[in-house]
Amino acid sequence: MKENELIFGPRIPKELWEKERKRFLIPSIVLVAAAVLLFISIFLPYWKITLIAPQYPQGLTASMYVNRLTGDVQEIDGLNHYIGMKPLGEAAVLERTLSIFIIIGIALLIAGAVYVHSPFALFLCIPAVMYPAFFLGDLYFWMRSFGMNLDKRAPLSGAIKPFVPPLLGEGKIAQFATVATWEVGLYMSIAASVLILVGLYFHRRAYKPLLIDSSGR
Amino acid sequence: MTRIKRLLALLPVFLLAITPVCFTSCKNSGSEKEAGDQGTAAVDIPASVEEIAVERGLSPKDVIAALKTYIPSGKYDDYVMFASGGHSGQVFVIGVPSMRLLKTIGVFTPEPWQGWATGSAESQEILSEGDMPRGINKKLTWADVHHPSLSETNGDYDGQFLFVNDKANARVAVIDLRDFETKQIIKNPNTISDHGASFVTPNTEYVIETTQYSTPLPFDEYAGMDEYKEKYRGLATFHKFDREKGRIDESQSFSIELPPYWQDLCDAGKKVSDGWAFCNSINSEMATGGINEGNPPYEAGISQREADYLHVFNWRKAEQVFKEGKAKDLNGQYIIPLDTAIAEGLIYFMTIPKSPHGVDVSPNGNFIVASGKLDTHATVYSFEKIMDAIKNNKVEGKDPFGVPILNFADVMEKQVEIGLGPLHTQFDNEGNAYTSVFVESTLAKWKLGPPDYDGPDAWTVVEKIPVQYNIGHVVCAEGDTVAPDGKYCVALNKWSIDRFLPVGPLHPQNFQLIDISGKNMQLLYDMPIGVGEPHYVQMVKADKLKPWLVYPEVGFNPMTMSVDPEAAAIGNERIVRNGDTVEVWMSVIRSHFNPEHISVKEGDKVIMHLTNVERARDATHGFAIDGYNVNLSLEPGESSTVEFTADKPGVFPFYCTEFCSALHLEMMGYLLVQPTQPKS
Ligand SMILES: [Cu+2]
Repeated sequence: MKENELIFGPRIPKELWEKERKRFLIPSIVLVAAAVLLFISIFLPYWKITLIAPQYPQGLTASMYVNRLTGDVQEIDGLNHYIGMKPLGEAAVLERTLSIFIIIGIALLIAGAVYVHSPFALFLCIPAVMYPAFFLGDLYFWMRSFGMNLDKRAPLSGAIKPFVPPLLGEGKIAQFATVATWEVGLYMSIAASVLILVGLYFHRRAYKPLLIDSSGR
Repeated sequence: MTRIKRLLALLPVFLLAITPVCFTSCKNSGSEKEAGDQGTAAVDIPASVEEIAVERGLSPKDVIAALKTYIPSGKYDDYVMFASGGHSGQVFVIGVPSMRLLKTIGVFTPEPWQGWATGSAESQEILSEGDMPRGINKKLTWADVHHPSLSETNGDYDGQFLFVNDKANARVAVIDLRDFETKQIIKNPNTISDHGASFVTPNTEYVIETTQYSTPLPFDEYAGMDEYKEKYRGLATFHKFDREKGRIDESQSFSIELPPYWQDLCDAGKKVSDGWAFCNSINSEMATGGINEGNPPYEAGISQREADYLHVFNWRKAEQVFKEGKAKDLNGQYIIPLDTAIAEGLIYFMTIPKSPHGVDVSPNGNFIVASGKLDTHATVYSFEKIMDAIKNNKVEGKDPFGVPILNFADVMEKQVEIGLGPLHTQFDNEGNAYTSVFVESTLAKWKLGPPDYDGPDAWTVVEKIPVQYNIGHVVCAEGDTVAPDGKYCVALNKWSIDRFLPVGPLHPQNFQLIDISGKNMQLLYDMPIGVGEPHYVQMVKADKLKPWLVYPEVGFNPMTMSVDPEAAAIGNERIVRNGDTVEVWMSVIRSHFNPEHISVKEGDKVIMHLTNVERARDATHGFAIDGYNVNLSLEPGESSTVEFTADKPGVFPFYCTEFCSALHLEMMGYLLVQPTQPKS
């Protein structure tokens, strides 16, 4: 066995490729699809919070992308200053700056796993599989950090107790009913995780026999 | 390896778990919208409706009228009226058919709510453009707003600008309908009274303004009444409108000198008659009154002759003559002398019976309808015949100033018997004309003739509806454009007498909404106007207006309609002293001003730049300084400047005058003016 085969695994013998093309194509396609999904999710919102109150008949929304916030952020910040919450723009600055590079990196790793025909492919995929959970964890961290650390000198600091806004579903802050929803970007990243697991299953079915063959030789 | 298999087995479960979340969240947003957009298709009218009608004494007609005018909360009117505000110096914006007042626009007079001329340097500057000229140090604090005119493109309202005139001082104002604020006030430099204003040409090339009461030109030059014929003159001014800048450009405007008849209402030709303008006049007698000197009073003297003159202007040609340099500069106004105007064929007269008032061009531009207010007819002139008479020199004589008078029989198309005291005419989309009949207190609906209407009842009145009372102008939906909508007319009544609960001897005016969509006209609603006496009104389809909901960018200066380079912003708030001048940059947001303490010395000049940095609809803040006569309206995004001399020492709270938030009362600060010399 050559040294780099330890990492990249055995190449597919020509006759086998011609005979069982599907067996090798399926894992590649599924993994590439996952990488593409993850990449597209960069351009789509991940999470959205809607605030509903009588004087905002259309509601106020803030949509979170991996690198920015859109919607009524200024108005929400304006309201938040009453309860002493920091402006939303101050949250997760590092994450938002690096997110695009990291996601592209993660996606490239998945694509790379197509060429790795050994169990090492699993390691390349782990970041992508974990990514949605990491996103939600980070979001929770920041919401907790912002919600629990309210400026005590704020006008309404006596009226509003520190709180953690919900990651998903309904909540209530002062006169506002809040609805947090997961958006298409997040679902795409979750779908990518699922696809990766499926892809890895087929990947294993395709290459494990080869691996046994090559090591057995 | 079996672990992976187990994980895979779990996958479908996981997928199932997340799918419903997506579906519910996606669906929700969709269905909410639909519910909002669509009204209820069918209504079950409960029996209690009849009970209510009986209990309130409403006839079936009343109930129908109520149903036709009621606008439920959150729904909008179909039309918007812009009404001159008469003595208030303002413009009223009214929804139709609900007849709800939506806004008043401050124009010629201070309007504190809008911060109009109550401290903001921008509005003060615009208002002072309209001050009396040539060192006559008189601030004008009222106006007599008469005729609003919406800007037009191809003879149809385009919803961009509104022009109004002040009859009392001969001023014209420009209102931008993006923010419904006045942008310019022009004081006519040579006349002091106007009436035939403001009327726009079909592409808003010009805003027409004609003199009402003749004076020497300029008006501040003296000439006694005995020199009336020699020295007194009228003017027809064509104010050039620069749509790009949203301003009248006086350097490109011109006027035509007129005989001292009192020029009255005007209308611009349209379609076939584009390039021409028509203005009525009274006092061809050149009566000079003087009841106190034993002469017949004006009311008698001016009504002596059987006929007066309807002025016909070739403004397109006049523009040429002006550009050829044949106009004379008088106080910065370019006036084409009457002789030149006659020689160049810019002006013709048509006789019109008995002290005419309104003149209105039909939608196709082929008929000019004028009414003599002491006559029972509307006289209809044919534009084609006018052109023919001019071309073939069919004149019946000249007036004392040499203006050719077209032969009445050759230009007149029809005299339609309307009733006593016909004034103004509007049109619908089916060949009908609607004329207000003052003395009779009716609105008369009559048929135009061919080619606009071809039927056995052409040129006859088909219906009259009584109005309460003394109708002046009438407005119908887009009724003076090339494409009237029909549907509604509003009778603009001068007297209301018994229509409303008494509120003291000064009665409100009465705007009466009339449904003209059916076979018969139906009176729907009375709206009291208790602010001034409106004259003319225009009614535009609501969807033609595209007003801003907040200013497009933070730091927006409504006068320049761009971001002010001096605008304060979050983070650059500061107080800078420069000699005796203290300049302040202040940001304004719910619920604080920044800075909140402003310390100056007695006698300092204070310049404050304030910006409302809010982006939410309705998040307007006021800024008042107690004792310093200052109140600004800072609308979301707006930047405004206030300048004053801190000449009164002491402590002066400043505060937000809009109830902007729960902590509105806390939105304040102090202006601390230290006395220069401590009291002994
Ligand atoms: Cu305020």
